[in-house]
Amino acid sequence: MSAGCFTVKVSKEHADMGDDALYQKEFPVHGGDFDKAGEVSTQIKAILKAAGIPDDLIRRVVIACYEAEMNVVIHADSGNIRFLLTPTNIQIYIRDRGPGIEDIEQAMKEGFSTASDEMREMGFGAGMGLPNIKKSSDGFEITSTVGEGTELKIVIEHNQS
Amino acid sequence: MKLSHIIEKINCDLLTEPGPDPEITSCLASDMMSDVLAFSVPGALLITGLVNSQSVRTADVADAAAILYVRGKLPDEKTIELAGELDIPLLATQMTMFDVCGMLHCEGFEGAC
Repeated sequence: MSAGCFTVKVSKEHADMGDDALYQKEFPVHGGDFDKAGEVSTQIKAILKAAGIPDDLIRRVVIACYEAEMNVVIHADSGNIRFLLTPTNIQIYIRDRGPGIEDIEQAMKEGFSTASDEMREMGFGAGMGLPNIKKSSDGFEITSTVGEGTELKIVIEHNQS
Repeated sequence: MKLSHIIEKINCDLLTEPGPDPEITSCLASDMMSDVLAFSVPGALLITGLVNSQSVRTADVADAAAILYVRGKLPDEKTIELAGELDIPLLATQMTMFDVCGMLHCEGFEGAC
């Protein structure tokens, strides 16, 4: 089965993402809900497997998505993840409402983290989240407003030919 | 090396229902899940003392073949159930992470990065 097997069209409200979407879905993410943390990434993995995307690409997408999902759970009050599959790439938009990031350049450095001890006990807060997302992505954009929230755009190409 | 061979060598318990016997390609030991995501390779054995559901989620995302919990720590039923759903075998041993890594290194395993 190939990615082209998907016939679900992107809705008009997401027309700014392009008209060639094969599949798109939006998932809510709840800040502080560690029991459900990671469920969105698991669902996206299943969708990409069903679409016939190669395993190495799925792995990159899901690592980036999972890190971003955990960032929302750890740092934000709430957020959402919008996932888009096109014939040439996979786009993930993560938007949260939370404290935002004061110094993005510093936050992008490996080892820098503002996570609490409680979050570290959950296995996160090593200061590798944003660097891992960037490393796994072909396209990566981040904007943040202190006191409002953070937006991420992740793009991973899947049609290199 | 097959997972069953590691179970025999480490003398650990299988916490999930018996299933396929995956080939273990390498090992990665960490309690920090972002480090696992940054450095693991598919088919690795994740050796950790972190027993919450995020260890299983991380193993799934990183395409780890199995998880070995060290220091006598055990996950709760919900975590074991999640591992069953995601087809990730869970093992547990009383040994420390250091000792497990030493034994597996002697068996010929290299780090997963």
